[in-house]
Amino acid sequence: MIVGNRKPLEEIQEMIKPYKKILILGCRECITVCAAGGEREVAVLASELKLSRTKEGREIEIKEFTLERQCDYEYIDQIKPFVDEYEAVVSMACGAGIQYTAERFPQKIVLPAINTTFLGVTLEQGVWSERCQGCGDCVLHLTGGICPVARCAKSLFNGPCGGSSNGKCEVNKDTDCAWQLIVDRLKTLGQLDRYEDIIPAKDWKPSREGGPRVRIREDLRLD
Amino acid sequence: MRLSYPTNVKIIKVPCTGRVDAVTVLKSFESGVDGVYLAGCEIGDCHFIKGNIRAKKRVVYMKELLKEVGLEPERVEMYHIATSDGPRFAQVAKEMTEKIRALGPSPVRGPEKTEEAKEVFEA
Repeated sequence: MIVGNRKPLEEIQEMIKPYKKILILGCRECITVCAAGGEREVAVLASELKLSRTKEGREIEIKEFTLERQCDYEYIDQIKPFVDEYEAVVSMACGAGIQYTAERFPQKIVLPAINTTFLGVTLEQGVWSERCQGCGDCVLHLTGGICPVARCAKSLFNGPCGGSSNGKCEVNKDTDCAWQLIVDRLKTLGQLDRYEDIIPAKDWKPSREGGPRVRIREDLRLD
Repeated sequence: MRLSYPTNVKIIKVPCTGRVDAVTVLKSFESGVDGVYLAGCEIGDCHFIKGNIRAKKRVVYMKELLKEVGLEPERVEMYHIATSDGPRFAQVAKEMTEKIRALGPSPVRGPEKTEEAKEVFEA
């Protein structure tokens, strides 16, 4: 899932300073699962903003609304009937959702309440961890199912480096060395011979090097 | 036991303190209360195993939210009181009331509620 963090209240307060009537728009997908921008977080933010505005002695009217997804226009368009009643939309989706909402309503001010951080997994309730960087050319079959791009601080393809110590990364002692994990997993799989193969330099073109990416499946297109 | 406790304490019954989330508490501040405390069971005594421990953690989160808003984090507290411990219940009610009285009325009450509060606090 896409994992994100709610921005600090102060930052959001600053963004909405000129407005008296706002719509806080949550998303029921990834950002709900990582407890950053779902229905509950929308309610918390709305309440925090109301309380702080009351303290300042300035009025604010807030509508809370959570869409099924903010990355599909069919859902975003559900706010069409009432979005014009609000001066600004504070989106609690990931960066993709925030942008798409802004794209669908070009005349509307759409503000971000989330810092989108990574593609990751839930380790336990309340703990999420990065797993993928969307590099566009997966090598997990070569590396025992552990990604050297996302999980090695240097994205090394032939590791570990000299900074690996007792299975931990020199960048952060709480971070596992991805290459230690790769070696351990290859051992478990009985594929340690693969470790001897030198992985050639990666072609980063399928990644962000070629600019924003588009995926098209012609057979699915309606027009 | 016929124990008395301050009349300003309003009780909201929930099946377990584990039921109480941040939104409930923030909403009560919106409605104009000056403080909120959760009276949960003693640690280890939860009928639902961990409800009171979860509530305790949530109170830490709620304190952070109050700080963000500009309210004193002491306006929300967690207490563990055995169901049979009436005297402790009354004592906590007094303790919390005194604490909130010392902090003064909530700065996020609406203007009309602030007037009401003045009367209560000055009484």
